[in-house]
Amino acid sequence: MNRIKRYLGLLWLALAGLAGYFGTTSLGIPKLISGKLDDLVFGIIIVFILMPLIVGGLGCFAIYALQGEYDEETVKSASSGQET
Amino acid sequence: MVSDSPKPTASTRTLMSVIGASSVGTLIEWYDFYIFGSLATVLSTKFFPEGNPTAAFLSTLATFAAGFVVRPFGALFFGRLGDLIGRKYTFMVTLLLMGGATFAIGLIPSYDTIGFLAPTLVLILRLLQGLALGGEYGGAATYVAEHSPTNQRGYWTSWIQTTATSGLFISLLVILLTRKSMSPSAFDDWGWRVPFLVSILMVLISYVIRRNMSESPLFAKAKAEGKTSANPLKESFGRKYNFKFVLLALFGATMGQGVVWYTGQFYAMNFIKTVCNVDAVQSDELMTVALLMGTPFFVVFGWLSDKIGRKGIMLFGMLVALLTYRPLYEKMYQTTNISSRQEIPANATISTTVTPDPKQTGGTVQTKTVTHQYTDGTMLTEVTKVSSAGKSDLKRAVLLNDSDRWTLIWLVFIQVIYVTLVYGPIAAFLVEMFPVQIRYTSMSLPYHIGNGVFGGLLPAVATYLATGANQANLAAQQTGSPLPFAAPYLEGLWYPIIVAGVSFLIGLVYLKNRPQVAD
Repeated sequence: MNRIKRYLGLLWLALAGLAGYFGTTSLGIPKLISGKLDDLVFGIIIVFILMPLIVGGLGCFAIYALQGEYDEETVKSASSGQET
Repeated sequence: MVSDSPKPTASTRTLMSVIGASSVGTLIEWYDFYIFGSLATVLSTKFFPEGNPTAAFLSTLATFAAGFVVRPFGALFFGRLGDLIGRKYTFMVTLLLMGGATFAIGLIPSYDTIGFLAPTLVLILRLLQGLALGGEYGGAATYVAEHSPTNQRGYWTSWIQTTATSGLFISLLVILLTRKSMSPSAFDDWGWRVPFLVSILMVLISYVIRRNMSESPLFAKAKAEGKTSANPLKESFGRKYNFKFVLLALFGATMGQGVVWYTGQFYAMNFIKTVCNVDAVQSDELMTVALLMGTPFFVVFGWLSDKIGRKGIMLFGMLVALLTYRPLYEKMYQTTNISSRQEIPANATISTTVTPDPKQTGGTVQTKTVTHQYTDGTMLTEVTKVSSAGKSDLKRAVLLNDSDRWTLIWLVFIQVIYVTLVYGPIAAFLVEMFPVQIRYTSMSLPYHIGNGVFGGLLPAVATYLATGANQANLAAQQTGSPLPFAAPYLEGLWYPIIVAGVSFLIGLVYLKNRPQVAD
C-alpha cells in the first residue's frame, strides 16, 4: 500500500500541472480578457485563487506522497507526537 | 497526541444544551447568509441598479467574495483566535459579527439616496458576513465534538450539519411571512428590510444562550495544563506533520464533499429552474420538500459513522454521486421535457398587453402570453416581451403534473441523500484529524476551501461548461457538421464528477477509517 501511495504521487503531480494549464488557459485567461466586468471577477478567482490552490496545494500533496509522508509508519509516528 | 489524564466528559443534559446553543447560533448565521441570496432580485434594484456596470461589478464581487473567497480567511483568523483564547468566546464573536453585519445591511439607504456608497457598504458588510461564517463552523463543530463522548461524536456533531439546510428554510419562511403580511409594493419599498432587521433579535437570543455555556472541557483542560499552542497558524501550516493532514483533509474529503453539497442543493435547483424551465414557485416547492425529506439523514449518517467509521460513508457518498449524476440529470431533463407530450390545442390561450417601457421614456413593451395545455396535465407558459426599441425576450415556464413533480422530488431527494452521506460525518472526521491545540485553525481552513472554493465555484464553472457545449453545438449546426455534444445540458456535471472522483481516489488510498488523534 505504501508503494501505491507513493506512485500515485506522480498522478497527483501530473493532475496539478494539467489542471493548472487548462484552468488558466481555457477558463481563466479568456475570462480575464473578455472585456466584461462580470467575467473579470470570475477570471480573477480562477487564476488567482483556484489555480494556486490546485497547483500549489495538490502539487505539495503530491510531493509529500512521493516522499512517503503518508506511509503507514510515518503517519503513525506523527500522530503519536513524534515529528518526522 | 494521547492525553495522559482522563478525558473530561459532559453530562447528557449539558451536551443537549451545548448542541442547542451551537446549532441555533450556526443556524442563525446561515439564515443571515442566505437572506441576501434569497432577496437578491430586490436587493439588485435597491443597491445595484441595472445598466450601471460599476454597480454590477460590485454586485458580482459581493456575491462571489462573501460566498467563498473570504470564508477561508475567516477560518484562519477566527481559527487562530479559537485555538489561542478558546472556542466559546471566538464563536460568540462570529455570531455577533454576522448578526451586526446583517442588521446593518437592513439599514443601508438605497442607491437612489446615497449613490455608490450604498453598494460599497453592502460589499463591506458582505465581506464581514463571509469572515464570520468562516469562523463559525469550525468553532461550533469543535465545541460540540469536544463536549461529546468520543464514540458519539459523529451523532452529536451531525446536528450542526443540519443547520445549513435549516437556515435556508427559515430564511425562505421569514421572507414568505413578511411578503404575506404586506402589499407587494410595501415589500418592494421597505418590507425587504424586515428579514435583515429581525435577525438581530435572533442573534441576541442566541448570544444570551451561548453566553451561559462553559468553555469546551478539552480546551479548558489543555489551557489549565499549559498545553495550548502559542502560534496555532505556524503549528498548523508551518509544520510538515500537521500541514500534510490539512492537505489530506482538503483533497481527500472536503473538496469532494463541497462539490457534492453544491450539486445536490444548488446546482439541482438551478438546473430545474433554468435548464428544465420549471415554474419558479413549483421549483422552490419541490426543492423544499426534497430537502425536508433528506435533512434527517444528516443525523442518521452521523450516527452510523460512529458505528462503522466515517471514511466509508463519506467515500460511498462521493462514489455513488459521481457514478449517477449524469443519469439522474438526464432523467430530470426528460421528466420536464414537453416535446414528447400531446398538446390539447383547443385549450391553448393567447393574450397580449402593451405597457410603458420602464427603461425608455415614451417607449412601450408588448407582452404576449401563450399558455399550452397537455393531455397529462402539464402546462407551458411562454411570455414574449418585445420593446419598441426592438429588444425581445422569451421566458418559458413549465408547470408539471403531480406525477412528474414527484419524480423530480425523488430525483432531488437522492442527491440530498448523497449530500447527507458526505456531509453528515465530516465535522467529527475533521475534529478527529487534528489535536486540541490547533484543531480550530487546522480543520476550519480545509473545510472552507473545500466547501467554499471548490463547491462555491461549481455553479459558475458548470454553467461555463454547459454554455460552451451549447455554443459548440450551435457552431456545428451552422456549418452542417455533426453535433459534438449529444446532451450539452449535462456537460456542466463534469466539474463535480471529476472533482469528486479525484477526492474519492485520494480518500480511498490515503485516509484512515479511525481517528487520526485520540483525546
